[in-house]
Amino acid sequence: MTVTTENLGSPDIEALPERDSLIVRCWNLVRRQPLGAAGLLFIAIMTVMAFGAEVLTSINPEEQMFEHMLEAPSWEFLLGTDNFGRDIWTRIIYGARTAMLVGFFAAFFGSVIGLMLGVGSAYFGGKIDLIFQRVMDIFLAFPSIIMALAVVSVLGTGLQNVIIAIMLPMIPQCARVVRSSALSIREIPYVDAARALGYSHGRIILRHMSPNVMAPFLIMFTSFVGQAILAEASLSYLGLGVQEPIPAWGLMLQGGAEEYAESAPWAAVFPGLAITFAVFAFNLFGDAVRDVLDPKLRSR
Amino acid sequence: MYKYIINRILLMIPTLLGAAVLVFFVLRLVPGDVCEIRLAGTGLFADPEAIKICQDDLGLNDPTYVQFGRFISGYFTFDLGKSMWTGRAVSEEIGLRFQLSLQIAIMATIISVIIAVPLGTISAVKQDTWIDYAVRTFSIAGIAMPSFWLGMLMILGMLIYTGWMPPLDYVSPFEDPIGNMTQLIWPALATGYRYSAVITRMTRSSLLEVLREDYVRTARAKGLLEKVIVNQHALKNALLPVVTIVGIEFAFLIGGLVVTEQVFNLNGLGKLFVDSVLNLDFNMTQQLVMLVALIFVLANLVVDVLYAWLDPRIRYA
Repeated sequence: MTVTTENLGSPDIEALPERDSLIVRCWNLVRRQPLGAAGLLFIAIMTVMAFGAEVLTSINPEEQMFEHMLEAPSWEFLLGTDNFGRDIWTRIIYGARTAMLVGFFAAFFGSVIGLMLGVGSAYFGGKIDLIFQRVMDIFLAFPSIIMALAVVSVLGTGLQNVIIAIMLPMIPQCARVVRSSALSIREIPYVDAARALGYSHGRIILRHMSPNVMAPFLIMFTSFVGQAILAEASLSYLGLGVQEPIPAWGLMLQGGAEEYAESAPWAAVFPGLAITFAVFAFNLFGDAVRDVLDPKLRSR
Repeated sequence: MYKYIINRILLMIPTLLGAAVLVFFVLRLVPGDVCEIRLAGTGLFADPEAIKICQDDLGLNDPTYVQFGRFISGYFTFDLGKSMWTGRAVSEEIGLRFQLSLQIAIMATIISVIIAVPLGTISAVKQDTWIDYAVRTFSIAGIAMPSFWLGMLMILGMLIYTGWMPPLDYVSPFEDPIGNMTQLIWPALATGYRYSAVITRMTRSSLLEVLREDYVRTARAKGLLEKVIVNQHALKNALLPVVTIVGIEFAFLIGGLVVTEQVFNLNGLGKLFVDSVLNLDFNMTQQLVMLVALIFVLANLVVDVLYAWLDPRIRYA
């Protein structure tokens, strides 16, 4: 004990082990979490697609080339064209942008609001906590797709409203999980110490308690991104999500793709594959995050 | 035990009431209403007088509290009101489709359990082998694949390879069980696969936990066959949390049908829900949302009671 206290004054930087190079660290990740690394790789590909859509394809995703309707995959149109003569490969790349946008914003706001509400509820406790729990129970009594549909019927369709509709059901889910972790944090004396120092409730919730529930928060966040992408696809497929002509994967499966599925299966197959791979990647990555952050569940 | 059940049923009331308040007032925030859609259609001019008459007729111009009172009191007089779109009684519209959706939900649940429990068991027993990885990948894929797309692929595959498509007209299972099955097995499979994923993962992690318990070690020390240990000793305890998840998933399954029914062109509750949302048919929408909430709350109750019945160690005070 005495040795460590002496060293505290002047940390011995030389003695710290040298940090592994990026390649070595990547290799370690692949070895320890092969599925998670695969997921991360695909997420990286999707991010590149979303940001570099203009570079990856020269065709306008909204351009209707009526002389090329329902054409099979070829060198000119890698994945074929749909019934309006729009290039499917291009629309999948631009669709990645829509999916990532909805996925990240919905998951981010859903989990952050849930985090604050959950930690706040655990922190204040008593009546506030009880009432909050009952309200959350009410929200949790609806399957998320039903709630999202109800929200869309109120706000109308479109990108921004879809994000809100998908985000809302996530709040109580995240709040509930975070609250149960925060309850045990609340009992640790440092919270009382912070109050004794006269810090405001907001500061204690945000600066002192929230960082300690990061593990469940991050687990919820990563799983939400995948869920949000799937929810957006479902809503768009029903015609209640992102609207034409914005390229979105769910939208690409609707209408013409279904009608002409027999003669032009590529229009129905590839957008679905994109959705599946995207959600798959986030789920794999989310599982890996959970394994790393939650040692209780490790390698199960 | 009975006291516990009664207590739980009483606790359902505030939740459902809260849900009713939430749904009612959220839907009243919608700009426009069913009359405008019905009369004006897509952008056509409609006589404001006609819209007014239609609104009066449906009670949309009554003060909000009167409408809310009508909505809540309907539950005590068993009058759920009329669909604002078709004019038929909500209970009648729901009754027509309830059987179909319930049948798919039950079939999908059975299918998912049949797939999930053996897979989860194998995956746990062969932990960290290629079998385990294959099962886990299969189940994560199930969560990732949109069930409506899976349904599309099924129809497409059948069309291309056999030239046959499941029939579109619904027949009751009591009249023509085979015809009914050939139609409904596909949506049940598409939804069942998705839900099997969740159950597989639950079975696996729960069994892994149980396999580390002392009594399993004792059984191994006695020299029992691994098969006997897993099937007769471990699974009994491991399946308890699985029961919970199956019950809760059942309620979500009804919600998931919203999208699947669209693909298979089935006239079930999900389609009714989407149509009522599109037509701003408030009455229908709020009753359907309440129905789903009721199923969810009931499923939770059944799960908790079943849990206590299956596991004598759990006793509710």
